[in-house]
This record gives sequence, structure tokens and C-alpha cells, in this order.
Amino acid sequence: MSEQYLLSVQDLHTSFRTDSGEVQAVNGVSFNLNPGEILGIVGESGSGKSVTAYSVMQILADNGSIKSGHILYKGEDLTTWSEKQMSHFRGKCCSIVFQDPMTSLNPVFTIGNQLGEAIRLHTNRKGKEVRDRAIEMLELVGINEPEKRIKQYPFELSGGMRQRVMIAMALACEPDILIADEPTTALDVTIQAQILELMQDLQKKLGMAVILVTHDLGVIADMCDNIIVMYGGRICERGTAREIFYNPKHEYTKGLLRSIPNVNNMKKKLVPIAGTPINMLNLPAGCAFCTRCDAAMKICLSEHPEEMAINENHRAACWINVRDQLMAEGGEQNV
Amino acid sequence: MSDILLEVKNLKQYFPVRAGLMKTIPLKAVDDVSFTIGRGETLGLVGESGCGKTTVGRTILRLYEPTGGEVIFDGESVTAKNITHMRKQMQMVFQDPYSSLDPRMTVEDIIGEPLDVHKLYSNRKERREKILELMATVGLNAEHATRYAHEFSGGQRQRIGIARALAVNPKFIVCDEPVSALDVSIQAQVINMFEELQEKLGVAYLFIAHDLLVVRHISKRIAVMYLGKIVEVADSDELNENPQHPYTQSLLSAVPIPDPDITRARQRIVLEGDVPSPLNMPTGCSFRTRCRYATEQCAKECPALTDRGDGHFVACWNK
Repeated sequence: MSEQYLLSVQDLHTSFRTDSGEVQAVNGVSFNLNPGEILGIVGESGSGKSVTAYSVMQILADNGSIKSGHILYKGEDLTTWSEKQMSHFRGKCCSIVFQDPMTSLNPVFTIGNQLGEAIRLHTNRKGKEVRDRAIEMLELVGINEPEKRIKQYPFELSGGMRQRVMIAMALACEPDILIADEPTTALDVTIQAQILELMQDLQKKLGMAVILVTHDLGVIADMCDNIIVMYGGRICERGTAREIFYNPKHEYTKGLLRSIPNVNNMKKKLVPIAGTPINMLNLPAGCAFCTRCDAAMKICLSEHPEEMAINENHRAACWINVRDQLMAEGGEQNV
Repeated sequence: MSDILLEVKNLKQYFPVRAGLMKTIPLKAVDDVSFTIGRGETLGLVGESGCGKTTVGRTILRLYEPTGGEVIFDGESVTAKNITHMRKQMQMVFQDPYSSLDPRMTVEDIIGEPLDVHKLYSNRKERREKILELMATVGLNAEHATRYAHEFSGGQRQRIGIARALAVNPKFIVCDEPVSALDVSIQAQVINMFEELQEKLGVAYLFIAHDLLVVRHISKRIAVMYLGKIVEVADSDELNENPQHPYTQSLLSAVPIPDPDITRARQRIVLEGDVPSPLNMPTGCSFRTRCRYATEQCAKECPALTDRGDGHFVACWNK
């Protein structure tokens, strides 16, 4: 079954050891990625969206590890791979662009040197071929005078330029999957527009699949085919962009959309989500969102809801949908 | 009593930057900025990082000594001499709720400090009562008073910062990116609180932010800054529906809108290149290097902010 997917994450659990105890950052996340798809993962800080992405690449911090679950790339389980196999996978099959272009480049090496490293490691190119490929990649991401740029150091470039270099580096070996972790959060809005435009163009040109991790609902709405909404290390809702934005079925998603200014009626009062973000050290027994949910029922406090299909393009993990379905079927009233 | 609370006239703030052994050159962070804010009004100030919007806010409160120009608050010119007195009426809420609160002070002392400075109580009991009242206003519990800032989440810390600003009962608050460090679900709580406080206390805001959607929501009027200058000021809806300056047009089109159908249907005006260095500004209009409509005139002379009707001011040679 899973052979047809480019990437299939199955029941992923990732946790971190800390001084205050074990933090379950990701709790049973499953999703599939098709070739050429743009998948958005949206959530607040601490929702586990970045950790999910890092788990796929196996670049977790030293105190973090994948506890259980499978990550299948073209049907092969990455969790059983050795470090050597993984370093082949990173860059060649799947690469990542980080949030902060100021810190993710090495300040003491030139752009050409860092870009060349990726090319030398993953291809058979040597010497001048490496340099030519680096220049070609910089041209692809819209950097002018690439011959001059490859001799420069990161501090000589602006934030937008550095992010272009990061994208060039990620795409140098033509990976099947590009993971972008908050790629435009550190950038100004006009520069963000440039980078998003570039990513859309490159995706069309090269046809790779993209996993876009962000907290910005605007960026998600603009870019993604499918969206996953995460809260407290779990997926609470998933579906096509139109389903998530126009027909949200999880109370958290509904709350998020109510708490941002409405473009059609800017002066409408915002409806905030009550309470504070979840403490991952102390997860509730039931639904992670139950303490902040206005519509929480008794069962929400004690039992975690399973994902339920709303329609073929949309699934949500919320007891309210279960109740509504049972009521529609005329079954038990007391869920 | 006039309707205008704050008037900023030709405000200039240049910072000296070393350019060689003996030489310094001025970095024009704010260059000839003028605007007014009415009583109980919110003026939004937007622009990209480095455009000088935070410096405007800080210079109004004399956290920096201005290079030139004048700030008139409630008919009185703000000077270095009367600033302590003026800060009884003008306050500031800072961007980063993690670094703007002293980690060694309890919440009670943080909120009480402005009361101490301006001697706004006659005995300990009154001080304590005032602090608890302020904490209730911003939605903090009385038992939080003895805790330290690190024990609070970002949203709660921002509430402490707001309570501190409100302590002197000001007429005007500079809000410098007050919600950008907060999660989306918490942002709405804080934005609603700013709005409720304005309704209740009639306080005016200069709301500085880079998130245009938030600014459009909270502001009556919006001023757009680019490289130290205001390029456009208009009513919030007017600015959105009828942006006149090419920079405003591209800025508005670049904001991703959280609505798939709308955001995918619109045409993005992508600006070429980066913002020029403020140390090496282009001659004439500072936006001309990235402008689609730039002409020879733009290179020669800097356009002044002129009224195009109904309080819509634009600084552009193109009509």
C-alpha cells in the first residue's frame, strides 16, 4: 500500500529527555506525501511541527529520539537505516531549509565553498564542474552576478539573499522532497513574497514535493495543496486548503481562524482562544486542546479522540464530530 | 482643548556611524517625519525592518535625543527638561516581553515602579491597592503580584508590560510591536485588551507593527514608512482599497492573506532587490531604485508628503 507514496510517516512518536522529565513532542503522527505535493504543517510554537520535520531527516538534538513509528521513503523504512545511509538520504533525497538564514550558514566559509560541499558529497562532479554547478544553482534561485557571489561570505549578503543561497544548497542535488521550516518567518514581507514566489516557481520547474512548516496561516493559504493542523504533538485536523479554511471541523482550527483579523471585515472583533499554550510536560489525558476548548464535553477530558473522516478530503480528531455523526444516525445521545 | 493630542513636526533622528579613523557619517534613521494623532485615536505605523518605525516611537518619548524637529504633546513642546513630567502622560509597551521586564523584580515592583518615580501614592496601602487594580485591569490575578517575570508566559508578560504603562494613567501609549513575539492564539487576547482599554480609558496609541493585517484591524489611520520617511498616510480602509504610493501597493500585495481563494486570485507585485543601505541612500526619492514607475525627476528631488484629498497623504511624483 505505502509503496505508492513518496514519504509515509506512520504513528511517529518523538520525545526529548529534559531535566524536568521526558517531553513527548510528537505523539502518534501519521501522514503521507505524494510526489510533487505541497503539504503545509501549521501549529503554534511547541505543537511539534518542526520536530516532526526533523524526525524525518533524523536531525534531532542529542537529547531527542524517535521512540516508535515508521518513516517510509519510497517504501523503505528510514528508522532502520544507519547513519551512513541517512547522510546519503539527506541532501540527495530530502533536504531542508531552516528558518534563520543568518545562523544556518557557516560564517567562515564562502558561499561557493558551502554550496560546493553539498554538490561534491552527493554527485560525482569534481573541480570546475562543482563550481559551474554552484553558479548554475545561484542563477536558478535568482541571484545576480553568481560568479562574484560564490567568493563572498554570508555576512556580505542580505537576509533574503542568504535564504536564496540556502534554497540553492537544498536543491543542488535535486531532492525528491524539500522540507521548509518557517522559511520566511525571519524575513520582511516584501522579501517573503520574493522567496515564496521563488519556491512556487522551483516546485513547478523541478517537481519536488514540499513540506512547508509554518505558523503563518497566510503563507499556508497561499502555498499549500493539503494542510495538517497540529496541536500538542498530535494532528488535530487535515484536509485540502479549501476544506481547512472554509469548513474547519476541529475546535482548535476554528479558534485559530477566528483569532486572526478577517479580511472581509477588518473591524470585526477578534475572538481569542482562551488560556495559554499547552505545557508539553503535562499533557492532559484526553484531547490536548480540551483545557482551552469552549465546547469541551466530559469525554474530551478523559479520552483522546481518533481522527474521523469528514469527507474524502478532510479528517478531524474531535469528539464533537463523533457526537454529531451519532446524533445524525439517531444513535446514542450520550457520547 | 483641541482634538489633536500629539503633533510630530519634521522629526529627525540621525545616528553617527564610524566611517574610518576620524570620520563619522550620519545614519538617517528618521528623516523629516511629521504626523498627528488625535485623542483616543490609533495611528498604525508600518514598514519593513530598518525603516525607522521603532526609532520614531522611541524619539517621541525621548529615549533618544532627536537631531531635529519638534514633538508637541497636548499643546506643550516635549523637551529634555520636561520629559519626566511628560512621561506621566506618554508611555511605551515594548516588543519583547522577555527582555523588557527586570528578571529580579516581582510583578508588584515592576508595575509599582512608575508609581514610585512619579510619587503617585501617599502610603504603602494605597500603592498596593493601585497595583492590584492595574493587575485586574489587564486580567492578572492578585496572587501573581509576588511572582517574578520568568514565571509567566509571553502573553502574560505582555500584560505586565501593559499594566506598567497604564500605571501613570497616560493619555498616549507607544506600542512597539506588542504582539509580534506572541503565538497567534495569544495575539488576539492582547489585541482585544488594547481595544478594550482604549474604549474604557480613551488612551491614544501609536501602534508600530510589521503585520499589516493586525495594523489594519486595530488602526483608524495608517502611516507607511520607507527608509526613514513616511511615504503615505491614509484612513485604514482607504489605504487598503486605494493605495497610491508604489511601495504601499507592493507591500499590501505581498501580505499573505489567510484565505486560499482570495490570496491565490490576486496578483502579487514583487519588488526587485533589497532595501538600500540607509548609509548610502539613493538621491531624490529613496524608493526609486525599486520602483516600477521611477522617472528622471525621482532621482533629482525627493517628493514631499502632499494631500490628495480626504486626509490621504502621499509622497510620490506620480499622480
